[in-house]
Amino acid sequence: MKITVKLFATFRVGRFAEVTRDYPPDTRVGDIIKELNIPEKEVGMIMLNNRHAEPEQELHDGDNLALFPLVGGG
Amino acid sequence: MTERILRINMTTLSGAFEEVPAEWQGIGGRALTSAVVAKEVPPTCHPLGKHNKLVFAPGLLAGSPAAQSGRLSAGAKSPLTGTIKESNAGGTAAQNLAKLRIKALIIEGMPGEDKFYGIQINKDGVTIREEAELIGKGNYEAIKTLMGRIGEKVGVLIIGPVGEMRMSAANISVRDPDGNIRCHGRGGLGAVMGSKKVKYVTIDDSGGPGVEVKDPEKFKNAARAFAKAILEHPVSGEGLPSFGTNVLVNVLNEAGGLPTKNFRYGQFEGHNKISGETMRDTIIKRGGKPKHGCHAGCIIQCSQVYCDEEGEYVTSGFEYETIWGFGANCCIDDLDIIAQADHIMDDIGIDSIESAVIMGVAMEAGIIPFGDGAGALKLLEEIREGTPLGRILGNGAASVGRAYGLTRVPVVKGQGIPAYDPRSVKGIGITYATSTQGADHTMGYAVATNILKVGGFIDPLKNEGQVELSRNLQIATAAIDSTGLCLFVAFPALDIPETMTAIIDMLNAKYGLSLTGDDVIALGKRVLKTEHAFNLAAGFTSADDRLPEFFNEDPCPPHNVTWTFTGEEIDEFWNF
Repeated sequence: MKITVKLFATFRVGRFAEVTRDYPPDTRVGDIIKELNIPEKEVGMIMLNNRHAEPEQELHDGDNLALFPLVGGG
Repeated sequence: MTERILRINMTTLSGAFEEVPAEWQGIGGRALTSAVVAKEVPPTCHPLGKHNKLVFAPGLLAGSPAAQSGRLSAGAKSPLTGTIKESNAGGTAAQNLAKLRIKALIIEGMPGEDKFYGIQINKDGVTIREEAELIGKGNYEAIKTLMGRIGEKVGVLIIGPVGEMRMSAANISVRDPDGNIRCHGRGGLGAVMGSKKVKYVTIDDSGGPGVEVKDPEKFKNAARAFAKAILEHPVSGEGLPSFGTNVLVNVLNEAGGLPTKNFRYGQFEGHNKISGETMRDTIIKRGGKPKHGCHAGCIIQCSQVYCDEEGEYVTSGFEYETIWGFGANCCIDDLDIIAQADHIMDDIGIDSIESAVIMGVAMEAGIIPFGDGAGALKLLEEIREGTPLGRILGNGAASVGRAYGLTRVPVVKGQGIPAYDPRSVKGIGITYATSTQGADHTMGYAVATNILKVGGFIDPLKNEGQVELSRNLQIATAAIDSTGLCLFVAFPALDIPETMTAIIDMLNAKYGLSLTGDDVIALGKRVLKTEHAFNLAAGFTSADDRLPEFFNEDPCPPHNVTWTFTGEEIDEFWNF
């Protein structure tokens, strides 16, 4: 299945901003975080198709996954 | 020398120092400006008339070695909203005033003659002189001239042409440590200063008594623990210094809460071009500064210096809300144009958030098309000139909406709604509706918990828990705004318990007090209730605590949600 992964802020350093890749069925959000070598405690926000998500969540073909470190402003 | 109140009477052109009354002794910043306005300003007065007063108060920790303690509060009855107003800013003035042991500066009355004046404060007292040379001048040039006259380190509070012309979106600018500009942005306090015919206040603290700390050892330890918590938290320690507040463009776009095309959509196609990530790369490439503090003692350094392609300074303090507003809200996907707009706004002295909402409504009206960056810059110049159109614009988004008969006018109590769509970030919608000061995200930043997962998580698309969240944040914010600490200390405070303990320890060490956490919460509640009582006496009712109708009816993509709170649910906010 095809998943689009978007990275933001410091997560882009040495990685990428956005890619669409093939993943095996049953892939979970946490698997992709692990594959990218991002320590889970550094993850501030996981957005799956524009909604907050958790690492345990299963992915589906065509999903959009966005990963942010803890950031803020205002 | 004990702390004093400096009262300037612009009717008699005289100033005098007063003792601090007992009721004002333990408070500072917003708690003090709101207490003075509530006590001395008739709630029904005309905001630009002689009965309004403009009050400046450094926070309780201003001028001390505490990190992040350089914020200055300004308060009055607002000409934009008709409510009480407190707006705080960085820059050097809070520290300059504190070092002269001036707890509050109250400017009242108005002169009989149609002339402008400058107020000079130093260790020997105060002088008020007619000012002619700087009238009509932009803030950048005027601040430079004042530094030349008095000294490189002088604190400056100043209005630009927009304030001189008493437009409701006028701000008050504060000189920052580099001679650039920070602003008391919201609520049109620059127009109040203009109505009193005060072009500027300079504060020279050289030879002054400095700040007293009752227990220096205890203070030092608390200040160290406080700084440690700030640097340890990922938001204040890494996110803000690296990307500034503009990191939020991509965050809000991803969450579907980035108001686009005057609040039609929650996502903007050109988001990457105006994002914090792109801005950081551009700043580094052009030799600007990716981080910069708005006052001495700032260790978060969320500000920056943005240069043009030739490496020349364009602006600093280039914030997410400004970039959202001229970017997504106006469909302008060009950071250089937005930076030029920011420069013009700082120079003419107009609130950049209100201006962003003004431009969105001006585009809605068809004055210029959406996406027209050059047109937006031209409209800002109309405001500088004070043309009839410029004055309609400069009096705020609501003024433009009325002049053109529009209903898609994103304001609450006459103040423009900032950079977070209330339909898809519902907690911040409650803050917009209930804030004592019109729509203002900084009054209770529910975005932290709705979107950023700081201080827990409450689903941004559901109504449950939002009223309570906003209430708790508004109470805490009112207390922080009274300390003079930058509001971004809330990020560590929400997640690291030692932060709040350190703040209370610093207050106790500085003043020889024995405050507890409960006292701080009680202070926050008292500030909100004082402000609310002023508004009720000015004629506001709970019917004013509502969002514009179009949010109830127009679904906001991508989530296609509307605003569904009932009036009764919103009114629960004041049940404390």
